[in-house]
Amino acid sequence: MLGAAVLAQAQSVQMPAIDYGAIAPVLIVLGAACLSVLVEAFVARSARWLTQVLLTLLTLAAAGASLGAHLNAVSGGKAPADVVTLAGSMVVDRPAVFLWGTLLALGLGAMLLIADRSVEPGGAFTADAAVRPGTTADRTLNRAVQTRYAGSGSSAQSRTQTSMQTEVFPLFLFSLGGMMVFIAANDLLTMFIALEVLSLPLYLMAGLARRRRQLSQEAAVKYFLLGAFASAFFLYGVALLYGYARSVKLSDIAEASGGSDRSDMLLFAGLALLMVGLLFKASVGPFHAWTPDVYQGAPTPATAFMAACTKVAAFGGILRVLTVAFGATEWEWRGVLWAVAIASMAIGAILGLTQTDIKRMIAYSSVAHAGFLLVGAIALTQAGLSGTMFYLLAYGFTTLAVFGVLTLVRDAQGEASHLSQWNGLAKRSPLTAAVFAFLLFALAGIPLTSGFTGKFAVFSAALANGMAPLVVVALVFSAVAAFFYLRVVVVMYFNDPAPDGPTVSVPGAFTTAAITIGVVVTLLLGVLPSFALNWAALGVFAS
Amino acid sequence: MNANNGGALLLALLLLPLVGSGLVAAMRSAPGPAKATALAFALGEVVLAGLAWTAYHPLGDRLQLTLSVEWIPAFGTRFALGVDGIALVMIALTAVLVPIVMGASWEEKLPEGRTTAGFYSLLLAGQSMMVGVFAATDVFLFYLFFEVMLVPMYFLIGRFGGPRRQYAAVKFFLYSLLGGLVMLGSVIGVFVVSANRLGTGSFDWTSLVRIAHDVPQQTQIWLFLGFFVAFAIKAPLVPLHTWLPDAGAEAPVGAGVLLVGVMDKVGIYGFLRYCLPLFPDASRVLAPLVLVLAVAGILYGALLAVGQTDLKRFVAYTSVAHFGFIALGVFAFSTQGQAGSVLYMINHGISTGMLFIVIGMLMARGGSRLIADYGGVAMLAPVLAGMMLVAGLSSLALPGTNSFVSEFLVLIGSFPREPVYTVLATVGIIFAALYVLWVYQRVMTGPVRGTAVLGTLSGGPGTTMAPEVAANRHGKLFPDLSVREIAVLTPLVVLILLLGFYPQPVLDVVNPSVGATLSEVGLTDPVPVQGGK
Repeated sequence: MLGAAVLAQAQSVQMPAIDYGAIAPVLIVLGAACLSVLVEAFVARSARWLTQVLLTLLTLAAAGASLGAHLNAVSGGKAPADVVTLAGSMVVDRPAVFLWGTLLALGLGAMLLIADRSVEPGGAFTADAAVRPGTTADRTLNRAVQTRYAGSGSSAQSRTQTSMQTEVFPLFLFSLGGMMVFIAANDLLTMFIALEVLSLPLYLMAGLARRRRQLSQEAAVKYFLLGAFASAFFLYGVALLYGYARSVKLSDIAEASGGSDRSDMLLFAGLALLMVGLLFKASVGPFHAWTPDVYQGAPTPATAFMAACTKVAAFGGILRVLTVAFGATEWEWRGVLWAVAIASMAIGAILGLTQTDIKRMIAYSSVAHAGFLLVGAIALTQAGLSGTMFYLLAYGFTTLAVFGVLTLVRDAQGEASHLSQWNGLAKRSPLTAAVFAFLLFALAGIPLTSGFTGKFAVFSAALANGMAPLVVVALVFSAVAAFFYLRVVVVMYFNDPAPDGPTVSVPGAFTTAAITIGVVVTLLLGVLPSFALNWAALGVFAS
Repeated sequence: MNANNGGALLLALLLLPLVGSGLVAAMRSAPGPAKATALAFALGEVVLAGLAWTAYHPLGDRLQLTLSVEWIPAFGTRFALGVDGIALVMIALTAVLVPIVMGASWEEKLPEGRTTAGFYSLLLAGQSMMVGVFAATDVFLFYLFFEVMLVPMYFLIGRFGGPRRQYAAVKFFLYSLLGGLVMLGSVIGVFVVSANRLGTGSFDWTSLVRIAHDVPQQTQIWLFLGFFVAFAIKAPLVPLHTWLPDAGAEAPVGAGVLLVGVMDKVGIYGFLRYCLPLFPDASRVLAPLVLVLAVAGILYGALLAVGQTDLKRFVAYTSVAHFGFIALGVFAFSTQGQAGSVLYMINHGISTGMLFIVIGMLMARGGSRLIADYGGVAMLAPVLAGMMLVAGLSSLALPGTNSFVSEFLVLIGSFPREPVYTVLATVGIIFAALYVLWVYQRVMTGPVRGTAVLGTLSGGPGTTMAPEVAANRHGKLFPDLSVREIAVLTPLVVLILLLGFYPQPVLDVVNPSVGATLSEVGLTDPVPVQGGK
């Protein structure tokens, strides 16, 4: 029996069947990422930005179309709903498809923010990352930007010279591709490789800010070092689990833990280390330490991408690992994750109260939201799965729009993210303030926004699963967290503006589009969420 | 999709102010037309409410004017509207108060940088949400309006309020939001329980009432407490009342009237509509808890009202006392008591609303909120003083005014089942006479005095003048009520007297619904009432 299985596996390793139709979105994104690197090498600098933007948009559209084609084939009965392919290392099931769609849509929004060159002249990313901050070359570059800013030297040459470094686009595509693989990975090794593919470009993107470059580079180094540790934890966990189950496949681990006399020590130590790696990526407290610094230091469009998409990928991974591999041992680990969820909500909500920088505040808010997400994720029921996925969709779009608005409020030093600089924003720029207030209400979970629908879905799943105390704790921390969202509304609406306060830039087409998408989705998922809820509830993980 | 004309009427009641709100908000640069448009929409709402009143048959179905549309099947929730007698009178109260409030705020000076359009737009938005909260027959939808209702009020207080408006607005919002979130726990719990009982989870009020008695008592108690905390904060019952004096004092007069007059009633309405029918066993078991809080509120609120130095805080504390009476009537479980409570909600909205508006008019002249800054105003503005006396007497439940009927009904209905609490509550009536008349005496009677009055008369704050000289200089400097102000107050005076002598039309609408509520709790009247059900 075992021998036959090994034989079958050996054969399929030699000739793995590949369902190209199902994994086409991933192939398109990763293929375009490679193409995008070639664009950097061969296209003239003046034409690069446009080429990259078009290529990326086309990629996202094509990936979306191929995802749609796959869905169409599934609903037409021409393809199975759960495709296990590449020798069982990837599985394209309903949750994977939902989260892929979410990632592509959020990726589009993030990409629009990344591509914008009008809010910050030349773009939020530095023109030449290789120039060290503070050197003569750096100052020359800054002067060029300043003259462009003043409007005098806007010749084609100076535009090219000061335009953003377009390597951001291939980095973005690689990262997105990694996230998509991560969600669909059916064994831990694939998952680890996907984790690295999604993380490494993020570390780089975090260090590419045009303004406050040292802060940005510091953030990148912090993120890289801590991320490397987390990856190591993950890998160590994989090793222990392999020792336990003699396989890295999620289903094999589930089978081994179902009934065997092997050492539980290996299983739970492995799970613990694995979860440290995953929770780190999802910025769940107490593994959140990198989040505030990186959110603050990274260029805001990169932060938006990180906050929206990484969370989707990380929670997709957590959901799959817990459900598929560790569903049978639920009662052993559940207590620990209860504690982690409570810690995350407490850290996010309470430390968020003390923040005076809006980007840091949103970072702590993301830690609190990670706690709420975890509440739904550990329910391990159909409702828990669909609720958590819906929450990810809702939260991603809201966060994207939040960071989009953050890029608009600026003074001479760049973005004005200190709370006091937002005094009386409603008077100077009613529309921006209204949009931001709406998004904050969504984050606070006020009804008629997607934030409320998401909370309701997640908490009802948890309560139905018998986690009433955890839900009560989560509701209390929702109220605590509401206080700091409210504080920003107070600052914008009830305070008088400072005479030398920041100006609100008129957003270019890209940023406007991104913010509009975010706001519309936030409202839509609050008022008429049925279609998304139904879609999220279509199916469960295949094993 | 069983929409009928009645349902459409209710939907129109919900949407008309919302449309008006959007329209008015767009008229930022034209304060005059914005005000006029807002008032037109508010008057249109009165007409619609009148139509709804005539379309409602008091002896007909439990819920009428229903409308139910598929909304979020995954949550088992429908966009379902409908009213019983209790909801109908509350909607009518809202419709009547909003145009009056607009008239009262017509010439109010807004803080610098705030637009008139914003103020009226928020008033209309708030009205729409309040109609929604009373008209919802789906628990999820009710919760939704219950929470969203906070947002316009938060901005009204925070943007247009007094000096400490930020503190008051945030305190108000957080208190209410915390209550709301605790309630959300119970709302989700109701969903889970109904899923266990009905197979699929439902938020439909009628279905939930049907299964209410089958739910184990322990579960009911937990769910009841979740709703109770939210409603007790909103109502507000002692000791969860501390946000009201701040919010009431800092709110602009118009918002304050709606806050105390209508929005707080949602708490009591929630007791009647949700706590009692959905958790009947828990309601009976926990009634003593509520009764203790109610009586504590009556005495504590009255005592603090006596000691207030600030006119608006004074009104807020009298409300705390009044809400104690209303809660007493609800949880004494008799048709008389509950009908009295519903009537009390209406009457309190009218008389306290009027008191608030009159105090606003006084403040518009003197520029101070402190009682000690006024004196002898009756000599300068006799009509103003008369209006305050009418509002005050109604507030202390003088026979012949509206509040007497309701207070009497509450006490008479509560006595058979809860004699001790009722006797204690009666003590509160004595305090009521004390606090109202003492404030009237200090502000209105005697010689002209007080820094606010004298300062205004002698041409600016800080300047003083011999009182006898000042008394002869009234007229332009400290004018009596204008025609607009009299026109605003007249409907309220008429209602006070009308409901004082002939409350039967309202009672006819309310009584059958109250009887149905009582039977949903599984109780009958301790003393059979003639003419009641």
